[in-house]
Amino acid sequence: MVFAIALVLLVVGSVLFHLLSPWYLTPLASNWGNIDDTIDLTFWVTGIVFIAVNLFMAWCVIRYKKSDGNTADYEPENQKLEFWLTIFTSLGVAAMLAPGLLVWSDFVTVPEEATEIEAIGQQWHWSFRLPGVDNKLGTIDSSYITEANPFGMNPDDPNGQDDFLIASNELHVPVGTPVKMLLRSNDVLHNFTVTEFRVKMDLVPGMVTYLWYTPTKVGEYDILCEEYCGVGHFAMRGRVTVDEDADYQVWLDDQLTYAEILAQPVGDPVAGASAYVVCAACHGAQGEGNPQLNSPKISGQDGWYMKRQLEYFKSGARGTHEGDIFGKQMIAMAATLIDDAAINNVVAYIDSLPDVRSAATVSGDVGRGQKVYETCAACHGSQGQGRWALNAPRLSGMTDWYLVTQLKNFRKGIRGANRKDMYGHQMTMLAATLADDQTIDDLAAYINTLP
Amino acid sequence: MTITLIFMAGIMGVIVWWLVKQTINVQPWIADTGLIPDLDADAILQPRAKSGLLAFLAVVTSMFCLFMSAYAMRMSLGDWTPLPEPDVLWLNTGLLVLSSISFQWARQSAKHGRDVSLKRGLYLAGALSVTFIFGQLFAWQQLAEDGYFLSSNPANSFFYLFTALHGLHLLGGLVAWIRAAFRVWSGVEAAKVSISVELCAVYWHFLLIVWLVLFGLMLST
Amino acid sequence: MSTATTHDETSYVPPAEVGEMELYHAKTWLGKYVFSQDAKVIAIQYAFTAIAIGMVALVLSLLMRLQLGFPNAFSFITPTAYYQYVTMHGMIMVVYLLTALFLGGFGNYLIPVMVGARDMVFPFLNMLSFWIYFLAVVVLVASFFVPGGPSGAGWTLYPPQAILEGTPGTEWGIILMLISLFMFIVGFTMGGLNYVITVLQARTRGMTLMRLPLTVWGIFIATILALLAFPALLVSCIMMLLDILLGTSFFMPALVSMGEQLEYGGGSPILFQHLFWFFGHPEVYIVALPAFGIVSDLLSVHARKAIFGYRMMVWAIVAIGGLSFIVWAHHMYVSGMNPYFGFFFATTTLIIAVPTALKVYNWVLTLWRGNIHLTVPMYFAIGFIFTFVNGGLTGLFLGNVTVDLPLSDTMFVVAHFHMVMAVSPVLVVFGAIYHWYPKITGRMLHDGMGMFHFWFTFIGSYAIYYPMHYLGFLGVPRRYFSLGNTDFIPASAASLNQAISIAAIIVGITQLVFIYNLVWSLFNGKKASDNPWNATTLEWQTATTPPGHGNFGKELPKVFRWAYDYSVPGADKDFIPQNEPPRS
Repeated sequence: MVFAIALVLLVVGSVLFHLLSPWYLTPLASNWGNIDDTIDLTFWVTGIVFIAVNLFMAWCVIRYKKSDGNTADYEPENQKLEFWLTIFTSLGVAAMLAPGLLVWSDFVTVPEEATEIEAIGQQWHWSFRLPGVDNKLGTIDSSYITEANPFGMNPDDPNGQDDFLIASNELHVPVGTPVKMLLRSNDVLHNFTVTEFRVKMDLVPGMVTYLWYTPTKVGEYDILCEEYCGVGHFAMRGRVTVDEDADYQVWLDDQLTYAEILAQPVGDPVAGASAYVVCAACHGAQGEGNPQLNSPKISGQDGWYMKRQLEYFKSGARGTHEGDIFGKQMIAMAATLIDDAAINNVVAYIDSLPDVRSAATVSGDVGRGQKVYETCAACHGSQGQGRWALNAPRLSGMTDWYLVTQLKNFRKGIRGANRKDMYGHQMTMLAATLADDQTIDDLAAYINTLP
Repeated sequence: MTITLIFMAGIMGVIVWWLVKQTINVQPWIADTGLIPDLDADAILQPRAKSGLLAFLAVVTSMFCLFMSAYAMRMSLGDWTPLPEPDVLWLNTGLLVLSSISFQWARQSAKHGRDVSLKRGLYLAGALSVTFIFGQLFAWQQLAEDGYFLSSNPANSFFYLFTALHGLHLLGGLVAWIRAAFRVWSGVEAAKVSISVELCAVYWHFLLIVWLVLFGLMLST
Repeated sequence: MSTATTHDETSYVPPAEVGEMELYHAKTWLGKYVFSQDAKVIAIQYAFTAIAIGMVALVLSLLMRLQLGFPNAFSFITPTAYYQYVTMHGMIMVVYLLTALFLGGFGNYLIPVMVGARDMVFPFLNMLSFWIYFLAVVVLVASFFVPGGPSGAGWTLYPPQAILEGTPGTEWGIILMLISLFMFIVGFTMGGLNYVITVLQARTRGMTLMRLPLTVWGIFIATILALLAFPALLVSCIMMLLDILLGTSFFMPALVSMGEQLEYGGGSPILFQHLFWFFGHPEVYIVALPAFGIVSDLLSVHARKAIFGYRMMVWAIVAIGGLSFIVWAHHMYVSGMNPYFGFFFATTTLIIAVPTALKVYNWVLTLWRGNIHLTVPMYFAIGFIFTFVNGGLTGLFLGNVTVDLPLSDTMFVVAHFHMVMAVSPVLVVFGAIYHWYPKITGRMLHDGMGMFHFWFTFIGSYAIYYPMHYLGFLGVPRRYFSLGNTDFIPASAASLNQAISIAAIIVGITQLVFIYNLVWSLFNGKKASDNPWNATTLEWQTATTPPGHGNFGKELPKVFRWAYDYSVPGADKDFIPQNEPPRS
């Protein structure tokens, strides 16, 4: 009796959970409402079966419980009953399968008017490419990939010259237009998922896969990678912003084409030297840093990283949090670099400065730190040398107390929580794994031992 | 996966056909009436060891079919460069055919109690097989000398893989052969060794067919 | 009594009588208890090893749940460690616990004794199969202690990431994993040949195929699946080892790893997935079919009623087995394979639901008009039906290619496969142990502890996995170390994760009660009679309890009827053993 009641309660509870819980499909933001409809239909069919079979079973447990005088029936089989059950089940199955296959045929048939956008996934971030005015994407090959050519563009293909290369985790698309995403990976399997769009597809290195959708609601939507791609899988995030046409055009105007990127002047260290005078006041004439002024060593740091941080300070992606005292100072400093050329120049100058190791000031358990560093090594390299391909800056030989402060800032959301700082967001998740200040000190102590 | 699916369809077909044949018109809830019925309708009338070997051969076939499917799938990708098969492989194939014939000779001799020809057939079969293995290794050496290495090209990789797997299975068979040859050498009568020799013979014929299929596949692609 | 010391596996089976097996009689302690060729001892060895390594995997799962429920609260659970736990937990549970326990454990014990044989047909090979399995487990455990630790590639080991920097364990762990799997497959094949040939050729007189209990059918068909499907995993392992160790490019395309061009080129990661899932899908039926067979017998015995529709149950097992080879790419709907394959595989996957559903109906119809004894095994059997209905139905969501699109790689998938592989079959394992323990040890397991174990495990497991489906609907991905901030996942999801973790910890601790019961009852359990459940099948008609070497004493039983003569009208008891002659 108790058991039967338990079974009934479980059935009722399951149904109530479904009806009352706040956890269900997110609001749809694309044309794929028919996927939601198919899910609903599946719920009806399976729900009825779930309730019917289990309630019947509960009833049997009560009605046919062992008791004096009760004997079981002897009925080895009942072909007629089995026949009808087979028919009934097949109908239920067909009822779910047919709509499913119809919607799937929609999915595999990309509308002709769909615009093509390429998403490139790699460990552990996204970049995008738009075809530009000729509506053709230039050829790409992994053999062309270098730090100067991270997209792997074929320099000899004229179609590629006007491609917009978006070296950011964030993509914009105009509302209401079907989009065919061409998906490409540089290294391992990844997956492009936007939950509110309902579609996803793996990215397979060595081939181009696709999916398509029509965004129907203006808004910002997370891109998640949903094919395990290594230790940073959970931190590989992007964003699709669905814009009205006017806003989309504003965004597009800001993007650079391959030709424009090629045409950008290389940073001029001589011009940079004069801009650097301002920086030297805190960071030192040799870029060696100054603990009294809370300025870290910047000589020897990766140019692409410094460029990005300066741009972040300028745009407010970094340094605006009220807890980021020194970041705020940097906003004013970065503002003195009036344009991209100025940033490139000063970075080129810093690049020419001698790279002398910072003195170690943080002490901690190096052995513990080494264990913790295992995860960091995936992006920053086993020698802490930094990896441009992973957007991970150099850590070894730099300023240890600065590293400690930044990790704490990441952990507290003082740095990295701003929506514009997509790479910083990764670091907030990773810094969150450092349980306490001691762990951070241990980590810094270990990094101090790296060459 | 076509090759594997065809094999699976075949073997499933056989299994399902046999099972259905045994079970289709049976009403198992009807107990015996007391007379001893013909209950051996589904008895399998061969030595269990032979059934075991045949089941094992089904497993090995599954494995080779899967490798062949992988071969076909990999071949369809861009970088395939067919490998020139060294001539010695033809010689080796001949050796393997001869060793199968020798095993068949040994098998017939054992069945008919002819101890002398059993010995001769068995030893010859083993010698030919060992020579085959050396011949395969020689083929590897030739390829390496000509610059066709394992990792240079998928066609090469599959060649080395196929020949290695086939060779390893042959080596495993040679372990069984050593046991049978030793027993024959130490004077055990033909009748007692008959089953071991028979199983070896079946295994060798199987590996010959596998080799012919693999060799043929590599030659034609 | 024979004095022959070697088992005569080469004997013919004369048409008119069943040949008696010459048993191997061990002379040394080592030969009797360590390198035993008695299938019953081998079964216990398999069960012990499988359960031991399973407990390790259980602890790993609790560590994973600690991170998911209480993110970053335990600093030793780094992302690297987390993914290693994920991988080892999955691989151990699917292969080294469930497959080994159902086939090597239950198969070895129950097949000979249920078909009326003295032992398996190739006992020496059987003994080898266990020791190779044991060594495979040792190699796997060794991967915890090598530089870089065990593989963190996910139990599915997809290339390229499985062998590249960026994934934990690519130094040594993945190599040991692949070698361990290779050994497992070799060892398993040796055992599998035994199970299949014993069922085919060592049945006692009168035991036709249709008189076999469904337990045997389930394990038999599962073994055939395993013999044909494991080679696909073997092929994948060999090719992946060559890619790692010798630089071949079976699965490795041209790629840039960590900013460096690698020497690989041209290979296909999707090729690996086809091969892996060609094994992987039949594998889940290799786990499920023995459970289906065993639960049919548990229901039958404890409801005193013939399993409803025995013939259909047999054909359903065979149909499910056959169909299981043509559904594999439903694991690959969003893999980037040709999307048109989705039509085919969705159809076959939903077709396989039909024989499976028929089995569910027949289980419930066995209870209908039965005489239900609510023993501990019966509780577990009914618990199986409830959870399997849930898990099987959610499979219909995932099998339907379109519905799989939003749900693939979310927690919905994790919830589904745990419900059908971890909860339902494990409930059957428990029920089976409570059911057969009296035969194996001569003692009954303690009822009170059994009921406690049942209630907490059944309700607890459901509380873990049912709500988890809804995390999947929300879009919470699987294999995520932490969620961070997203625009669309509400904060309440974190509370749900917490609740699930707490339930998991409770269920985990509950298993200690079961282990305690197993040990306690060995010494203090009520002494069991030869046939405490009044069951019809041959294992309950052995000469002694526990059965001795040779199972049946001087004479093998003769079988006159099927395995389900319960509550036969006109009989004086409510069961008629299979070897009871008919009234003339």
